[in-house]
Amino acid sequence: MVHEETAYESLVHAHGDEGHWVFGTGFDDPLAGVDTSVPPGVDRADLGAYCLMLGDDALVLSQRLTEWITRAPELEEEVAIGNIALDLLGQARLLLARAGSVGELGRSRSLATGSVPDEDALAYFRDADEFRCTPLVEEPDGDFAHAMVRLLVASSFRLAVLARLRGSRDPVVAAIAAKGVNELTYHRDHAARWVLRLGDGTDESHRRAQRAVDAIWPLTAQLFTATGVERRLVAAGVAVDPSSVRDEVRRVLAEVLARGTLTAPPEPPDAEPAGRSGEHGPALTELLSTLQGLARRHPASTW
Amino acid sequence: MTGGDDVRTTATSEVTAEGGHGAIPTGPDVPVEPEPGAARRDWPLYEVFVRGKRGLNHVHVGSLHAPDDEMAVHAARDLYTRRNEGVSIWVVRAADITASSPDEKDPLFRPSGDKVYRHPTFYEIPEDVPHM
Repeated sequence: MVHEETAYESLVHAHGDEGHWVFGTGFDDPLAGVDTSVPPGVDRADLGAYCLMLGDDALVLSQRLTEWITRAPELEEEVAIGNIALDLLGQARLLLARAGSVGELGRSRSLATGSVPDEDALAYFRDADEFRCTPLVEEPDGDFAHAMVRLLVASSFRLAVLARLRGSRDPVVAAIAAKGVNELTYHRDHAARWVLRLGDGTDESHRRAQRAVDAIWPLTAQLFTATGVERRLVAAGVAVDPSSVRDEVRRVLAEVLARGTLTAPPEPPDAEPAGRSGEHGPALTELLSTLQGLARRHPASTW
Repeated sequence: MTGGDDVRTTATSEVTAEGGHGAIPTGPDVPVEPEPGAARRDWPLYEVFVRGKRGLNHVHVGSLHAPDDEMAVHAARDLYTRRNEGVSIWVVRAADITASSPDEKDPLFRPSGDKVYRHPTFYEIPEDVPHM
């Protein structure tokens, strides 16, 4: 009988006692064995643009969550937020790398030095007008309630999209989606637990949670409107039409809000997906100055 | 980090493991919050048990604070299984654990020290009996 003194010892023994388990062992490569060629009939520029949309949503929300590190209300919650941010950063990295591999690099490749990988060039050397993210992920968090309500909405939408993308004709997008679904299921669950507790908590936590809901709902106006890129890729079997997940997302959100004694504001009328074509407010520019400052000032540095 | 001041502060501080979250620098140079947050005092302490991939039983790995049982499981997932360690988590409020007292150590445990007949060491084990 194998008896280990601690869970950590069993991990070390399971991986040959190499002594470096603190850096992580036994992990799976989400793209192992995946065919990376672009399927016939799929426009490379459209595929690249679509990967940027999905990747930029994850990258920008990851950066917003990262802003909570050292500021989270509790130590335990800080680790949870950090884990979620890193999950999203991992999704962003794979998606930006896919965009780069099909040639969607724009000005960033000429601004970054040769040793910078494509995904880093795209993350650090595009200006705000080249980002394809939706306004929902861009606004700063005023308080913890805002962070959790936004995470609930963003992860509900992303989970619904990625669950369908597991069947994408692009094998790389399908593999990234398969990896992301488990992560996003947890993100949504974590956010929903907090929204329930804040909504149905004290008078002050309810007030803040409702204020966050009221502030975030209008940011979903662009979320369910398909771009031309998405419509063409839906026809090619690669993408998901965001309007097709609207009912599912709204239903999930309505249930969480009702159980949290929160009131859903009226749904905003559908708006043109301006964020997907590079139109953003000052919040994204400010976020990017933090995200990109070091890489741009010291382009050849490593850390 | 703002430079030399922070480094010096850390170097002259004592490091203790009080508080259940690992080493925390303490000392006169380390600024501390004037008062702990009210919410923190309300959150109970939980003990966390994790069963590893190859482990047959849950083992104690540490503790955490959480507002309720469900959030304690969530926090345990993030704090104690984020490097692929576990496949199952138990949490229990520390206040709900009844423990033996160190004062009773001798009457509780010393008497078994000389009862060799309690071990099955006087039997001949046949060679074809495995796993003994």
